[in-house]
Amino acid sequence: MTREEITAGLAEILEEVAGVSPDDVAEDKSFTDDLDVDSLSMVEVVVAAEEKFGVKIPDNEVQNLKLVGDAVTYIVSANATV
Amino acid sequence: MSGLLAGKRLLITGVITDQSIAYSTAKIAQEQGATVLLTGYGRLSLVERVAKRLPNEAPIIELDATDPEHLERLADAVREHVDSIDGVVHSIAFAPQSCLGGGFMDAPWEDVATALHVSTYSLKALTAACLPLMAPGGSIVGLTFDASQAWPAYDWMGVAKAGLESSARYLARELGPKGIRVNLVAAGPLRTIAAKSIRGFGYFEDAWAQRSPLGWDLTDQVPTAKAVIALLSEWFPATTGEILHVDGGFHAVGG
Repeated sequence: MTREEITAGLAEILEEVAGVSPDDVAEDKSFTDDLDVDSLSMVEVVVAAEEKFGVKIPDNEVQNLKLVGDAVTYIVSANATV
Repeated sequence: MSGLLAGKRLLITGVITDQSIAYSTAKIAQEQGATVLLTGYGRLSLVERVAKRLPNEAPIIELDATDPEHLERLADAVREHVDSIDGVVHSIAFAPQSCLGGGFMDAPWEDVATALHVSTYSLKALTAACLPLMAPGGSIVGLTFDASQAWPAYDWMGVAKAGLESSARYLARELGPKGIRVNLVAAGPLRTIAAKSIRGFGYFEDAWAQRSPLGWDLTDQVPTAKAVIALLSEWFPATTGEILHVDGGFHAVGG
């Protein structure tokens, strides 16, 4: 799965969970500052991303996922080790 | 199906993520043969996603434990799935930020009232709503954080938990003649989503690491969930109004 495909997948989740317009989602956007994702929505985004991409994102990683690109990088590396 | 809770039907509140104490309780309850119904509050879509991770499907009933209409509808909503219940898990608490993290002297009454309504009174309210579904042998279990002393940062939630502990004793008194037990589990600190919102939670993490005779794993909800399961089972038939500590032994030893 390419970075672009993962970004598009995250955009779908963000729209469904937090009502974020897919057009606003890009790797350099911050979940909280740019996309206004609150902490409980972020929890749901993570749960949905785990299901969608078949990865486990532990709690201590979630706090490092500031930008959409951080999440993409994590999912790419987690997929690579499966 | 065999197991400690074979044939039991349980109503479990408080699942919001798979780190919730209620989630571990629901999972182990199913593994022990119980039929589980969940209640969800607020982000039902998140509760639904998390519930899909349980071993078996569990219906979700929307419940704001401070909403009289929700409470009034609860028994009928449960009856759509099962005709009675054997156990209830109360895992509900909330306090506005002003009530936690060192604001004890400044928190306004409105915020304190919210904390008490959600975290203390809800045990009585939930119990009353479930009573028409329960028969002798029933068990109600709630979750507290040892309220016998004043902790750093825990502030008005500590007061709310003290009230919860007292409420459980009064409910034990009221429901004993009906053969229904009411008990609490006092867990050590666990890194749930609720804990993450407490400024100053780090104090508890350090204190438990240093003092618990058995040690304490902040990320393992299973010991707490197992105690809830045991109290729901038929293996504590003469125990009510009790607070069972699942804290690595922290409460029993000096610092």
